[in-house]
Parts: sequence; structure tokens; C-alpha cells
Amino acid sequence: MLGFDEKLKILADAAKYDVSCSSSGGKRKNGGGIGDSSASGICHTYTEDGRCVSLLKILMTNYCIYDCAFCVSRRSNDVQRSAFSVKEVVELTMNFYRRNYIEGLFLSSGIFKSADYTMERLMLVVKKLRTEERFNGYIHLKAIPGASEALLKEAGLYVDRMSVNLEIPTEEGLKLVAPEKDHQSVREPLTIVKNEIKAAQRDKKFLKKVPLFVPAGQSTQMVIGATPENDLQIMQTASEYYKDFDLKRVYYSGYIPINDKDSKLPQVGTTPPLVRENRLYQTDWLLRFYGFSLNEILNNKHQHLELDIDPKLSWALRNPQYFPIDINKADYNWIIRIPGIGTHSARKIIQARKYGKLKEFQLQKLGIAHSRAKYFMICQDTVASSGFLYPERIKKAILEHNPKSALIRSASQLSLF
Amino acid sequence: MHYIFDGSFSGFLCCVFEAFERKEFNAIPIKDKIPETDLFSKHRMIITDDTKWNRIFVGMEKIIGKKGIQTFYHNFLADTPQAWQNGFRLIVKLFKTGSIDMGNYGNTEMLMMHQTIKKVSRERHRMKAFVRFVKSSENLYTALIEPDFNVLPLVTNFFKNRFADQHWLIYDLRRNYGYHYDGHAVQEVSRSNDERISDPYSFEVELDPRELEFQHLWITYFKSTNIESRKNIKLHLKHVPRRYWNYLVEKKGT
Ligand code: SF4
Repeated sequence: MLGFDEKLKILADAAKYDVSCSSSGGKRKNGGGIGDSSASGICHTYTEDGRCVSLLKILMTNYCIYDCAFCVSRRSNDVQRSAFSVKEVVELTMNFYRRNYIEGLFLSSGIFKSADYTMERLMLVVKKLRTEERFNGYIHLKAIPGASEALLKEAGLYVDRMSVNLEIPTEEGLKLVAPEKDHQSVREPLTIVKNEIKAAQRDKKFLKKVPLFVPAGQSTQMVIGATPENDLQIMQTASEYYKDFDLKRVYYSGYIPINDKDSKLPQVGTTPPLVRENRLYQTDWLLRFYGFSLNEILNNKHQHLELDIDPKLSWALRNPQYFPIDINKADYNWIIRIPGIGTHSARKIIQARKYGKLKEFQLQKLGIAHSRAKYFMICQDTVASSGFLYPERIKKAILEHNPKSALIRSASQLSLF
Repeated sequence: MHYIFDGSFSGFLCCVFEAFERKEFNAIPIKDKIPETDLFSKHRMIITDDTKWNRIFVGMEKIIGKKGIQTFYHNFLADTPQAWQNGFRLIVKLFKTGSIDMGNYGNTEMLMMHQTIKKVSRERHRMKAFVRFVKSSENLYTALIEPDFNVLPLVTNFFKNRFADQHWLIYDLRRNYGYHYDGHAVQEVSRSNDERISDPYSFEVELDPRELEFQHLWITYFKSTNIESRKNIKLHLKHVPRRYWNYLVEKKGT
């Protein structure tokens, strides 16, 4: 028998490759019990790799009947196995939560015996937390592909978010490393849950009291760099899933080599593609919040994101015809397209220019990355526009000014530009 | 001219009242003691008076609404002479001109106020995140903090809603006061000066028998969830600055 400490070590270690840590979007208000997930999520601490720790992220068990080559818990991997009981997970969650260590629980599992057997265990944990402990903190549950509709629906009543991971961005890639798996088995639970969410939203229009059903929506994750997909393929899949399943988030997780035996995968010791991962998140952001279409950023001519500069800058350098943009006249939608200006500072600019035309020094105070933005905009006192310098020269100048910027950023940060 | 007030927001508003009474618009509001360098400069003791601060409050509300007052309140909680002086000047201006645009970032004083409340808000957010409760044998959950700004009043509601069924105490060591929640209501508490607590993990309470076990499990979890090959200490430090480490179970003593 392993000690409990050892068990926690194994089952936290095996769960950490799921990068999602979001704990926002919950709708549970506390009515006298414990916990509240109605506010936006909080990072209670950060690991040494700089990732947000918001949820207790553990596996129910790391036993698994499958053998996905990219996964530490695959059955052929020689690692120590362990499993929590339902009661243990509940107790640990409550005790961490009451000490304000966490926002809630992120529970997932290797597949033990069968999909339904595993899913039932997960369901029991979340049911106990909500009904017996009166816990209103955040719960993210990884649904088990192949689990019955009834179990998914019951679990959906207790959790805030559900996710099912695509793991590999394309079906062909998946076949290479996990021949027992397919994307269809991911689409099925996503569809069931999506339809239930829709039904709950419909009912809400007519009925007063509709039970919450996965109020924070669904998400998925893709492993990046384990298989040979290009960035265009990855983002095409992401866009498709955002659209088909109303996903709240797609996560991109740079593959960390953990398999010596499989020659199809990057070898142990290879550094994970962190910069690429960050570029994918930036692209994801551009598509969702900056009004870009996928085609503008990635297309058959540009199938890969540039690593040394961010995708917005890269787009701008390829499209000099739109620049420079006049800060004092342009629409919000154009201002956010200027490299170095994010949605926050764009809103401030719109706000501030009501009081008079903005000058260079005022812009610098509004929190924009001026050293980058200056090539792409004009303001009140810009000396007669020098015209758009050659894109190559701008790129060089920006990189020289800030050579390491790419490396200290991380996907967990929201200020991506 | 220094105006010495009691350190409360109402006292601060009374400074504005007096400034108009006496036409001393360049007054500098400070708390309690006269700065030593200024022993010989002029100063005036401002007594907090309910009618006085109420008049200022109502007057402000007419012009800038509740939300505007809240902005000034948050600026006040920054708890620094500069922020106070800047806020004071802006209120004086507000009454002199009868209007003020709270969104005018082009104005230096207004911009400074917004920058200050942004810092206050960041600290407030950090307190929600970094407070760590220690459970004692009487089922009281205690947390000791030392925030840069006086943000405790801004987070009590958050903790009250979240931990509605547990008793807790959050204590600001730097300002020597805290809030206690007994399952029904939140109350301000403070100790006398000679009773100061210094180390958050060695204050005198009897711990719950399983407290140390859960602290240990949390540390285990914190280490196990880290991915070594992604190590990025610079980013780590940006998010968890060293000055908070002493209060974080998982960072203490590392
Ligand atoms: S089914 Fe899940 S846990 Fe099992 S090997 Fe595949 S990815 Fe890993």
C-alpha cells in the first residue's frame, strides 16, 4: 500500500499535462454552503514553470486500458499505478478549498475497466461534493469518451465545465500514435453535452427554475508537436470545433516527450515547443477577440506561424497597404490590428481621444508597446508620416529592440500582445 | 500646511471640508503624526465630524455618482501620502469647477489616480488569491497578511460569500487590524500595539490535528503539478513576487 502523500504525488503528476486551469464562467452562488464560483477565476499560486494553479488537478486513477503513445498513463508504460477513492478526493478538495488554496477541482481519469465504470466514479465524486458537502466551488470534469449518455447527463448537473480532449489535431495523426482512438468518440460526448446545454438555455426562457447544466461550457485540448501537423491544420481543427460544439476554449499543449520506445514521437530530452504553443494561443486570441479570420493569418501560402514574431505583427508586415493607421480617426476594429496595441489600450485610446487629439507622449502613457506600435500608426504630432518602412527593416528593428520578448511570455498570460 | 486626520476615509473627506472653509486649497492631508522634517511648518488637526464628511460625500455624489466616489475611495486605500494628496487635489478641483471628467486620461492627475487604483486593484486581487487559512482547534480559519495597500476592506465581502459556513479571521499585520467572521456577520477587530504578531505560522493558537497534514499535502501537490522541462522562474516570480512568500504555505522557506 502506498501512503496517501505518495498517491497524491502520482496522480497529480499524471494529471499535469492537461493545461487548462481556467476556473471562470461558473454561475454558482453560495446559498449558505461553502464556495462560490460565480466570480471570475483566481490563480492561487503559480508553479515554477509559471503556470496558474487554480484547481486541484488530479486523476482518479492512472490505470488505463488504452495505450496512447503520447500519454504517461498508457498501459505499456512502466510507471507506478494508483487510485483514489471517491471519499479521498472529496476530502482533499474540501480541505484545500477551505484553506483558500484552490478554486475547485479538475478531475480526470485513466480508463479503468470500462468507460462507464470510470465515468461513474467521477460522477460520484462531483455528486457528493455538491449534494453532501454543499460545495459551490468550481468543478471541471473530463468526460470519458464512450461513457453512456445517462452518466454524462447526470454529471453535467453537478459540474461547471466539461471537456473531452482531441489530443492529436488530425485523425491521421491520431492513428499514428493511438490506433485504438478516433475523433468520433470525442465528438459524441461533446455533442450530447452541447445539446443538453442548449436545451437548458431554451428552457430558461420559459421556466423559472432550470437546473444548471455545465454553465461554464465545454473545452478541448490538442497536443502540439507530437505528430507532424502544421499550424494551419491545427487552427483549422480548432476553428471547426469552436464552431461545431460552441466550445469556450481550445487548449494547445506543447508535447513534452515522455516515451523512449516510440520512434514516431520526439525523443525524451527534446525541449517542448513552448514558443510555438504561445503563437498558437495568440492566433486563437486573434480569431476570437480581434476580428481576424483564419485565412488572414494562416493559409496555403503561410502554413506555419513565425516563431520569432507574433502572428499579429507577422500579418501587419505582410499587409503594409493598411498602414500607418491614424490613432485619432480609425475605428476600434482597426486600432486593435496595430501591433503593440491590445484591446485594453485600444479602448483607452478611444476613450481618451474624445478629449482632444492624442499625441505621442499621451499614447506612451496608455500602456501600449510603443516601440512596436510606432511603425504602424500616426498620431497628432507624428512628424509628416515617413511612410511605411520596408517590412524587413521594421522586423529587424523590433527584434533588436526586444530580442527575448518571445521567450518570457507564456500561454498562461492573457496579455498576449 | 499639513492637515492631520485620523486615517479614515471620512476623516479624509473632512480635510476637504476644512480646506474650503479656510480656503487652504494647498493643504496636504497626512495621518496621525507630524513628519519630523516638518516640525516647524504649519499644521492643523482635523477632527472627523459626521456632518462635515457627509456634506462632502453628498456633494461628490451629485457630481460624479456612487461609482465616482468609489474611485476616490480606492485611491484613498492606496494608503500613501502621494495618492492622498492627488485625490485631495482632484476633489478640490471637482468642487471648484462643479464638474470633473472621471475618464479623462489625458489629465495628469486623473491619469495618476487611475494608475493608483489599478495598483490597488491588483493588490486586492492578490489578497483573494494569496490568503492562506490555517485551521485551529476551535475550527477558526485564520490568515495573516501584510498587503502593500490597505485592501482588506475591499475583500471581506468576497471571503464572506465564499466561506459562508466557516468562521474566519483575516488580519493585516502592517496596519494592525483585521476582520472576523462568525458565521453571521463580519466585524472589525484590532489588537493593542504591544501585541503585534510577526510570524504568520508561529502565532499562538492550537492547530487543528490535521492542519499540518493538509499543509504538507498541499506542498506535495504544488511540487507534483510542476512540469520541470517547462521551468520558467522569471515568469514564476512575476506572478508570485517574493514579498508574498512568507504567507504562502507552498513557498514558505524555499
Ligand atoms: S486513454 Fe487517456 S489516460 Fe489512457 S492512455 Fe489514452 S490518453 Fe492516456
